[in-house]
Amino acid sequence: MRAVANDEKSEFDGLAFLCLLPSLLYVLCMFVYPFLYGVYLSLQPQKVDGFSFANYLAFFSDPYQYGTIWITFSLAIPTTVVVLLLALWLAYGMRRGIFMERTVTTILIMPISLGVILLSEGILGFYGSQGWFNQVLLALGLIKEPFILTHNYAGVMLALFMQQFPFCFLMLLGYISGIDPSLERSARMLGATPSIVFRRVMLPLIAPGLAIAFALVFVMSFAVFPSAIMLGQPAGTTRTISIAAYQKAFEQYDMSAASAIAVVMGLCQLAALLVIILFRRRLSPAATMGVGKR
Amino acid sequence: MRTRMWKLSLYLFIVGFILNMLGIVSHVVVSSFAKRWFGGLLPPAYTTDWFAYAWKNFDLGQVLSITLLIVVVVVVLALAIGFPAAYILARRNFRFKSVILLLYFLPLVIPQMTYGIPLATTLYRYGVGGSVVGVILAVLVPMVPLAVFVLMPFFEQISVNLEWSGSMLGASRAQIFRRILFPLMVPGILTAGVLVLVNTISNFELAFLLGGGGSQTLVVALFYNMFAGGVRPVYSIDAMAVIYMVMVMTLLLIALRFVRPTQMVFKLDK
Amino acid sequence: MTLLLLTQKRDDMNGPGETLDSLKLGITKRYGNKTVLDNLELDIRKGEFVTFLGPSGCGKSTALSIVAGLIAATEGEIRLNGARVDHLPPEKRAFGMVFQNYALFPHMTVFDNVSFGLTLKPLSKDEIKKRTDAMLKLVQLTGYEERYPGQLSGGQQQRVAIARALVLHPRLMLFDEPLSNLDAKLRVEMRAEIKQIHAALGLTSIYVTHDQAEALSLSDRIVVLRNGVLMQSGTPQEIHDRPKNVFVADFMGFRNFFKVRIASVSDGIAEGVGDGIRIRARAGADVRADTDMVMAIRPDDIHAGREVVSGAEDVNGRVEVVEYLGREQEAAIRINEHTRVWLRTAEAIRTADTIGLQFPVDKVVLLPAE
Repeated sequence: MRAVANDEKSEFDGLAFLCLLPSLLYVLCMFVYPFLYGVYLSLQPQKVDGFSFANYLAFFSDPYQYGTIWITFSLAIPTTVVVLLLALWLAYGMRRGIFMERTVTTILIMPISLGVILLSEGILGFYGSQGWFNQVLLALGLIKEPFILTHNYAGVMLALFMQQFPFCFLMLLGYISGIDPSLERSARMLGATPSIVFRRVMLPLIAPGLAIAFALVFVMSFAVFPSAIMLGQPAGTTRTISIAAYQKAFEQYDMSAASAIAVVMGLCQLAALLVIILFRRRLSPAATMGVGKR
Repeated sequence: MRTRMWKLSLYLFIVGFILNMLGIVSHVVVSSFAKRWFGGLLPPAYTTDWFAYAWKNFDLGQVLSITLLIVVVVVVLALAIGFPAAYILARRNFRFKSVILLLYFLPLVIPQMTYGIPLATTLYRYGVGGSVVGVILAVLVPMVPLAVFVLMPFFEQISVNLEWSGSMLGASRAQIFRRILFPLMVPGILTAGVLVLVNTISNFELAFLLGGGGSQTLVVALFYNMFAGGVRPVYSIDAMAVIYMVMVMTLLLIALRFVRPTQMVFKLDK
Repeated sequence: MTLLLLTQKRDDMNGPGETLDSLKLGITKRYGNKTVLDNLELDIRKGEFVTFLGPSGCGKSTALSIVAGLIAATEGEIRLNGARVDHLPPEKRAFGMVFQNYALFPHMTVFDNVSFGLTLKPLSKDEIKKRTDAMLKLVQLTGYEERYPGQLSGGQQQRVAIARALVLHPRLMLFDEPLSNLDAKLRVEMRAEIKQIHAALGLTSIYVTHDQAEALSLSDRIVVLRNGVLMQSGTPQEIHDRPKNVFVADFMGFRNFFKVRIASVSDGIAEGVGDGIRIRARAGADVRADTDMVMAIRPDDIHAGREVVSGAEDVNGRVEVVEYLGREQEAAIRINEHTRVWLRTAEAIRTADTIGLQFPVDKVVLLPAE
């Protein structure tokens, strides 16, 4: 907590205030205020006068609505776990650089920059029952019937994976390649095999980054929206909580109830983040002591 | 031997991922040029008619000019608001700095769907929802912090001594900014501008929640037409997707002249 | 230092396998078509302290990493007691290594760092604790067991790094510029400690450095490398007094080099003429007249007199620059328009003085022209 000591000689003057003002004002007005307003609005239901929890009660008493929480978790958790494990495996394997690294990373960021809509359109075609993916597998004789990978749970998983994997991989790659390579070398010199090096030296050092990556990927997956509509069954098995919130707001024009659902969604994400933070504390006490990398 | 198998499996995975990725993208491209395509490895006949069809029927001229307007305004505003803030956050130490940094970090990590709904509610209440202004205001919420966080390390790289020697040589604050900091910050401004550009073009959630009839960006229009599936021929939608893709890929190629691929996602250290 | 403490435990020093009786290297390393190590051949005997010396990029660290097993050689072999070990992974070689940045595990306490290697062996908890405690005592870190590396000073971190390697009784210790991150005063102290530990534990060590003072004070043998090529190998005295080429001489503090043509050789003394001066040096049997060579002398070996002299091998010069160094001063003397010599003297001299210089024949070395 070195920052606290430095605060004694504050360098905040008129110039600093003027420079910060526009951005701070923007974030306060367009981010903090709407959030607070949303919470306030959610407690002012349309049909009731004054203060009431009616929106929340309605949400949690209707299985069609509260079921979306379960649906969203069942999409987000497996996706996050698979993405994280594969990204960890790949990033760890590539920590000392690979062949044509720049080209590979450029192709990997394509899904991030192309955006979820184009990705979904491509997935619809490519993994569809008549798409190349199934055609190739059928031609190779690996399957007899085409895999049904669109307009269901698997389709949304696929889109989430394609979107989150590169993101998570690049994040972990940056983190892992930032760890001093001589730590690994010194462990080898002390008699550790590569698998012991991973378990006892590298994994504890990667753990904080892994925890943050888990949190970010989970939170992003939890808000899945367009791909759940385009690649899933938005009225059935992939009706996620953001779809529920959107329908309330823009199909039933009940902003108050929509805000309540958005608040529930935010709380679920917050809960997941808290679990990760607590878990991370237990995982590596050293990280909280400021003895991380660097 | 085992390490070799290990490496091999890594490469196989990468090749597999890339093949799938290229498959996804090229399926859209091939489909947009297909006269018709039901099953089969490739369509039996090709045409470019779907592009003309899409241009006319989806009102792409209008959509593109709206998109361009939004993107340009967002980039300029994000840089104008972010630049001074990044300077102060990189140079000064003060009591609530970590709180401000956390506050600026939140719009980047909280999903846009989560804060987009209350934001849309608020903006519709003030009458700017569904307009170009509403889209710009909403998209700026994550873009201002993005600009700040991209610009900050560039300021940190410039030694304070340069500013000090500037003032020793008699330059005023404004002159230091204009003659010393600004020229040295050109790479940073380009990087931030390009990243904001790419992210604004491909932004869906906020543009979707706030875009109305006359303020749809290209991605949002793409989504509505896909969503209305069956009404329009799929080839025409793919043609529109290809137009979008060409735009993004061009920008991406330009972007990669200034930034490393890994800069396109956030760094995992605060 | 309580070094005796550990010396009685020499019985299990062998570790896995046997002790090191001899280590024979013959290694080449190439990256693409760039050769970073060109057939480095070396025999190391038990108990020897060998230093690889050279500027950065000379291949010394690469050579050390190849011995350690962290990098594979492109060609060649490493034989330990006659048996090849170059195919063994680093963890099977039972060598110890100390890294430039210490490479302590930041998430482990001092105790866990030092006992890390022991916990990988089939040893009881008590045995591990006993050995770790003894080693911490040896490096004077008793009481720091529960600290994390981030809470230690640079010198303390270095001791942990050394203890961590030594506790495993390595048959060969490898030091990769271990002192370069320390400040000057601490560096001299740690240098003495490393020398002491090496002698007391009867270690065999390879040490990599770019600092000639460090190399001279620690080593039994110095191997000078340049661009992956061995320039000279010998005892510190040999390297210091009788460098074999301009590169080694320059590295060892010879500051005055004269391109000369040998005018005559007689009675083992060669006379060189060039750069407008005439110098004499002791020459080996292979030196012939009418060949181009280089003569070199250290600044502190030049004799300077107040009065102008006129002997055959003496010259006069004008003082151009004087650098005050405390006990003495180093001065640049202009002899003629091509030549300027550096000398070091305790006598007071001032800029623009004219003084006489003498190059003692025993102090001038004769080197092949580059």
